[in-house]
Amino acid sequence: MRLAPGFGVDEEQLDGRLNARSIQALRDNRTRDANVLAFYSGYLKRLLHGDLGESKTLQRPVSRLVAERLPETLKSVGLGLALGWTAGFLLAVAIVMSRAWYLDLFGSLLVGVLLCLPAAVLALLFVLAQAPARLLLGLVVFPKIFRYSRNLLSRSSALPHVLTARAKGLGNMRVLVWHILPTAAPQLLALLGVTVSVAFTAAIPMEALCDLPGIGQLAWKAALGRDVALLVNLTMIVTLVTLVANSASDVMGKTFRVREA
Amino acid sequence: MKWARTAAIVFLVMVCAACLLANVLAPASYAHQFREEPNASPSRQHLLGTDDLGRDRFARVLYGTRVSLLLAPAAALLSGLLAAFIGGVAGFAGGRVERFVMAGTDLFLSLPWLFLLITVRALLPLNVSPMVSVLITFGMLGCLGWAGAARIICADARALSQSDFILLARASGSSGFRLLWRHLLPNLKPVLYAQFWISVPVFILTEANLGILGLGVAEPLPSWGSLLRELEGFSTITGQSWQFVPLILFILVVSSFHLVLTKEELPV
Repeated sequence: MRLAPGFGVDEEQLDGRLNARSIQALRDNRTRDANVLAFYSGYLKRLLHGDLGESKTLQRPVSRLVAERLPETLKSVGLGLALGWTAGFLLAVAIVMSRAWYLDLFGSLLVGVLLCLPAAVLALLFVLAQAPARLLLGLVVFPKIFRYSRNLLSRSSALPHVLTARAKGLGNMRVLVWHILPTAAPQLLALLGVTVSVAFTAAIPMEALCDLPGIGQLAWKAALGRDVALLVNLTMIVTLVTLVANSASDVMGKTFRVREA
Repeated sequence: MKWARTAAIVFLVMVCAACLLANVLAPASYAHQFREEPNASPSRQHLLGTDDLGRDRFARVLYGTRVSLLLAPAAALLSGLLAAFIGGVAGFAGGRVERFVMAGTDLFLSLPWLFLLITVRALLPLNVSPMVSVLITFGMLGCLGWAGAARIICADARALSQSDFILLARASGSSGFRLLWRHLLPNLKPVLYAQFWISVPVFILTEANLGILGLGVAEPLPSWGSLLRELEGFSTITGQSWQFVPLILFILVVSSFHLVLTKEELPV
C-alpha cells in the first residue's frame, strides 16, 4: 500500500499560498510514514507509552477521540445486540415450538429481505422514516441470529431424547428449557462473538449516515480524509473488542459444555 | 424450493442480458445530461425519470447493474482463486504449514470487514478516474475477501488428502503438484463453486455500503452504491416512488443470488 501511487501525497501540497519550504516540510512529514518498519516500530514504541498518536484531519490525540466516541458506539452496539438477540431468538423459539407454517413463512420472508439490504441502505431508510437510529443495529444482527437459532433449535428438537421427552408428555416449556436449549447453548454462545463483529461493522454506515458521534463516524471521516494513523488505531481497537468478545463466548461455551458433561 | 431456484436463475439471466444490452435499451448514455429536464417524472422518453443532474435514471440503473453484476463475480472469482490456493495448499501440506497459514487466516478474519476495507481504501488514492475507482473497489474486495473461504477449503482439502483415493494416487507415484492439480482440485470444485456464489452477494452488498459512504465507484460512472445513494436526498423523494426502483431491483437480485444456493450451501 505504501508503494501505491498517491500514498504520502497531501492535497495541501497544491495550495498555491504555500512556499517551497512549506511544501518540502509537508513532503518530508509524509515520507517518514512511507518506511513500513520505521512507521510500525515508532508506532509500537508510542503505543507502549499509551500514546496512540495524533489525528491528521482532526488535529487531536487519537486516545482522546476514542475516549470521547467509544462509549457512544458501545451503547449503540449493546442496544443493537440486545434487540437483535431478543427478537431473533424469540421468533426462532416461537417457530420451532409452535411449528406454525405462517410464522415460519413470515420469519423467512422478513429475514430474506433484511439480508438483502446493506446496512447503509437501512440507515438511509431510518433517516427517511425518522426512526431512532440506534435500533438499526438490531435489524442488522436480527436475521443472522434468527436463521442460526432456528436451524440449531430445529436440529436439537429432532434429537431422539427430545422426541422421547415429548412422547412422555412433557410440556413445551419444559422440553425447551431442559432438553433443547442445553444442547443448542454452546453453539449459540459461539454466535455471540460473531454478532459483536457484525454490529461494529454496521456501526460505520449507521453513525456516518444518521450522524451519531461514535467511532464508526470517526472511521468514516478518517477514511475520507485519508487519516491512516487514526484508521489503523480504530481498526485495532475494534479488533481487540471483537477478539475479547469471541474469547469470552468461547470460554462461556466451554464452561457450559463441561457443566453439561 | 426447486422452482424458486429456477425462477432466481431465470431472473438473474434476464437482468444480466438487460444490462449487457444497456447500449441498446438505454435512451442515452449514463452520463448524458438532459439539462432542461432535471428531476423529471417517468415518461415515455425517461422510463424512470431523471436525477437532479438531468441524467436518465433508467440508463443509470442499467449501466450501474452492469458494473455491479459483472465486477462482483469477477471479485468473487479472484477471492475464490486466492482462497483455493491458500486453503488448498495449507490443507494439502498439513502440519506446521497448515497451522501457520490458518493462524494467519484467523487473524485476518478477526479484523472487522468494513473497518479493514475502509482502511485499505484510505491508503489508496481517493480522487481517481471512475474506471480506476471501479478497479480499486472490486480489486480490493477480491483481494481481501478470501479468508472465510480459505478456512473451509483448507478443512475440505485436509479431509480429502487423507482419503483413500489420494492414498492410492500417492502409492501409484503421483506426488506434489500433480496430486494437487489432478486429484485434489477437481474434488474441491463443489466447495469452490459454493464459495463463489456465497461471495457474489456479499461483495454486491459491500460495494453498495462503500458506494453510499462515498468510498466506492466514482461519479459519473454508476454502480448500485451510487444509485442507492440517491435515497440520501430524502426530502425530495416523498411522492416519487419510482426512485425506489434501484432499491427494489437490488433486493431482487441479491435475494436471487441467495436462492441460487441450495440449503446446504447457504452460509449461517
